[in-house]
Amino acid sequence: MTGVARYAAERNLPGCLYAWPVPATVPRGRVAAIRTADALALPGVHAVLTHENAPRTREPDDPILAVLQNDRVPHRGWQVALVVADTLEGARAGAEALDITYETAAHDAVLTADHDGLYTPETANGGYPAVRERGDVDRAFAAAPVQVDATYTIGPLHNHPMEPHATTALWSQDGRLTLYDSSQGATKVRDSLATVFGLRPDQVTVVSQHVGGGFGSKGTPRPQAVLAAMAALHTGRPVELAMPRRHMAAVVGHRAPTVQRVRLGASSDGTLTSVAHEISTHTSTVKEFVEQAAVPARVMYGSAHSRTVHRVAALDVPSPSWMRAPGEAPGMYALESAMDELASALGLDPVELRLRNDPAAEPDSGKPFSSRNLAACLRDGAARFGWNDRDPRPAVRREGPLLLGTGVAAATYPVYAAASHASAHAAPDGSYRIAVNATDIGTGARTVLAQIAAHVLETPVENVTVDIGDSDLPDAPLAGGSSGTASWGWSVHKAATALVERLGESSGPLPAAGVTVTADTTDETAEESPHARHAFGAHFAEVAVDSRTGEVRVRRMLGVFAAGHILNSRTGRSQFIGGMTMGLGMALTESSSLDPVFGDFTESDLASYHVPACADVTGLEAYWIDEDDPHLNPMGSKGIGEIGIVGAAAALGNAFHHATGVRLRTLPLAPDRVLSALR
Amino acid sequence: MKPFAYLRAASVAEAVRESAARPGARFLGGGTNLVDLMKLGVESPGLLIDVSRLPLDRVTDTADGGLRIGATVRNSDLAAHPAVRTRYPALSQALLAGASGQLRNTATTGGNLLQRTRCPYFQDTSKPCNKREPGSGCPAREGAHRDLAVIGHSTECVATHPSDMAVALAALDAVVLLYGPDGERTVAVTEFHRLPGDDPSADTVIRPDEMITEVVLPPLPEGTVSLYRKARDRASFAFALASVAAVLRVREGRIEHAALAFGGLAHRPWRARTAEEALRGAPAGDAVYLSAVDAELAAARPLRDNAFKVTLARHLAVDALAALTTRA
Repeated sequence: MTGVARYAAERNLPGCLYAWPVPATVPRGRVAAIRTADALALPGVHAVLTHENAPRTREPDDPILAVLQNDRVPHRGWQVALVVADTLEGARAGAEALDITYETAAHDAVLTADHDGLYTPETANGGYPAVRERGDVDRAFAAAPVQVDATYTIGPLHNHPMEPHATTALWSQDGRLTLYDSSQGATKVRDSLATVFGLRPDQVTVVSQHVGGGFGSKGTPRPQAVLAAMAALHTGRPVELAMPRRHMAAVVGHRAPTVQRVRLGASSDGTLTSVAHEISTHTSTVKEFVEQAAVPARVMYGSAHSRTVHRVAALDVPSPSWMRAPGEAPGMYALESAMDELASALGLDPVELRLRNDPAAEPDSGKPFSSRNLAACLRDGAARFGWNDRDPRPAVRREGPLLLGTGVAAATYPVYAAASHASAHAAPDGSYRIAVNATDIGTGARTVLAQIAAHVLETPVENVTVDIGDSDLPDAPLAGGSSGTASWGWSVHKAATALVERLGESSGPLPAAGVTVTADTTDETAEESPHARHAFGAHFAEVAVDSRTGEVRVRRMLGVFAAGHILNSRTGRSQFIGGMTMGLGMALTESSSLDPVFGDFTESDLASYHVPACADVTGLEAYWIDEDDPHLNPMGSKGIGEIGIVGAAAALGNAFHHATGVRLRTLPLAPDRVLSALR
Repeated sequence: MKPFAYLRAASVAEAVRESAARPGARFLGGGTNLVDLMKLGVESPGLLIDVSRLPLDRVTDTADGGLRIGATVRNSDLAAHPAVRTRYPALSQALLAGASGQLRNTATTGGNLLQRTRCPYFQDTSKPCNKREPGSGCPAREGAHRDLAVIGHSTECVATHPSDMAVALAALDAVVLLYGPDGERTVAVTEFHRLPGDDPSADTVIRPDEMITEVVLPPLPEGTVSLYRKARDRASFAFALASVAAVLRVREGRIEHAALAFGGLAHRPWRARTAEEALRGAPAGDAVYLSAVDAELAAARPLRDNAFKVTLARHLAVDALAALTTRA
């Protein structure tokens, strides 16, 4: 580590001003008046932008980007002003000097399972149909000799990357906009900002060279990019806006809460006959975002009868968005907990139950799987973990006050890939340069892209330079949906392959300028696959539950994943372990609570939003089964950024049950809940 | 910008004199809480008087076998001090249970005692809080209070004192030395922090311009054992949901001395005098411990979402006493 990487708010541009956003302090209503005179009178304050004087923007593709365009306050924390000053402190002092009055209206920030506002949307996140139904679930469930009917609840969660959302913006004399933005996809930010400011995409450059984590919250452009650009336009100076940590919870998305009812019907040998997964969640009044938590039930297990339903209520809350494995992470917590309950009801080993219901084709679509190694993951994990000697009886292992237990759960995540462009350049000195607007959000994207190119070019990896993180490079999709490496790598592979061909066509020295070829994977990635393509995995976990304090600590956690060909074992393991750690947080420590009175999140700093500390994360191991799947992409890879979190919370919850004999169906398994349950 | 002046005091006397001359001045120790509060806008001192380099960084034996701890001794150093580890293990354990390694390296003994509550409403200047803004109201009572007080709170305030160290000091009968414009005085740690009553704005009995210079631990008679137990939401770097410091001396099966203090339950380290009264002279044993602790916690008035803390405190205290009994 050398410290030379420059992040979005570390550009130190000459003449740069600093901006401080002003969040609404009411949960719903409108801005009645903003008195800016006192703020503007402060030394160093250059401007106060409000809905009255901010540049008018075009309608954005995402309504959260329509900031300072009208007086409406859709939720507490919505930005109602921006103060721009010579210094960060000056901007903040200006923000405090504003006198804002609101007209407030009654608000409702609390999701309940029977909320009056719940409706069935057309689609859930990812474009999945909100409702899918096969057969006659109600009849099949009623007729099933063994039934599980359980409801699971997960509160809101936050991504909270280490680097806050931040943008430095500047406009050139000829009206070009440059943004240094902490983002997971600079091409997407460029296009969205071009739309907002009525520019052509080629008039906007977005640089996201180094990004300190995102976990989905930087997958779409965030308001700070628009605000910084507005402020730079208004003042004619570069403007830096780094989101204060305490403001983030309201404006950079969160995992929406879910209330999930799962009904499983099975025959007495454990064969599933019906699967019903029905979820309720919230969105904001700004936009409809529906956490697609019932979608994995369309993939996981065979059953003749199935119903998967999403319902959503638009509340006066911040807008939810992507957080690592949206849909799969909460959905598989419920489904895999219910599977464990079914195994208990059947008196069947939970690994065996899953093996008995491992389908040959995707249940919802009927398509064959391109590869599906859930069974191999379960078997391999069971052997490594020592599962096969497990005493299935709950609540029989004690060490003093500690109750010990083990649990298992499956994981799945879809294979996505999007169109990407890349160029490959051969220089006369024998070196190569790859250009693709990929983003490295801490995953090691540069490394793996260099590997892919070096492999095709048959050259040492040190001989390949990779340029990423700049929208002036060939267009590429964002680092999201565990699709970055597949999408970017595909275009890099194609460009490198074309370069090899080109170089083979001519002999003799290269021209002084070298040779450059470009590639575009629009056609390949648009092809409808005849296969259902998903990664799978299995988590095994051992927990110690302190029956006296309610503290649940992980003794060990072991994941085995089947995600195509793993391109780099070091960075791959890091992704799996990182996902498992985040799953541990979801299960045991992380919680954002919506304050019903104020309509905001109570936990707004990293002291109160408890991501796992190092002391929580001991004994984590990740393994994989290398798959040879010809139906994916030239690298044979599936995404690995998200599957590590999927199912992790269920494995821990199931281990909790095995330890205590008590089913807790609400996360996190924190001492207050655990003590009440064990009483 | 809220400008503030910075002064590095050369002596305790100078620090106190400068503070008296500048209303609204604050003493700066490690800054691990004060600077955060300045960033939050909760504190806005006009002058920071840096006392962290005053020659108050020593831990020395007292003539009677106790320990004298300078106000600027860092939490890490105090936790690691051999005399603390061997003679006052509860204090070492409490320190190590607090915060993170980096924070403990910076935080001072005096500053730790003076840290403010982490109640979310206290820390958010856009919301009412009687402690921060007297008379503005207490949203925590109806709002988010899972982590807040269950005993000794008032209609005005349900905040908890966040320190682990102070809980151990309370059980160990430590004394705080204060130096102010009127000279030196001593206050027992148990009397140093206040209950909120109808004036939650004051956390402690410290007077304006007074400064903590030392904390003195009295000697513990031969055969006295102590420990600190803490329950929290994650394995490290989390405030106590509840904690207990226990000090015990048992002879021939009878309790000669018992001191018990709870953390995370109240506006101050909660010294359990009722329980101690019940324990003194009683036979050591779980049943006695349970009834003594329950007698203490009978005064608890938990709020909607924090009743679990009473159970937690009961378990921690009974288990701590039982663990000490096997060592005594």
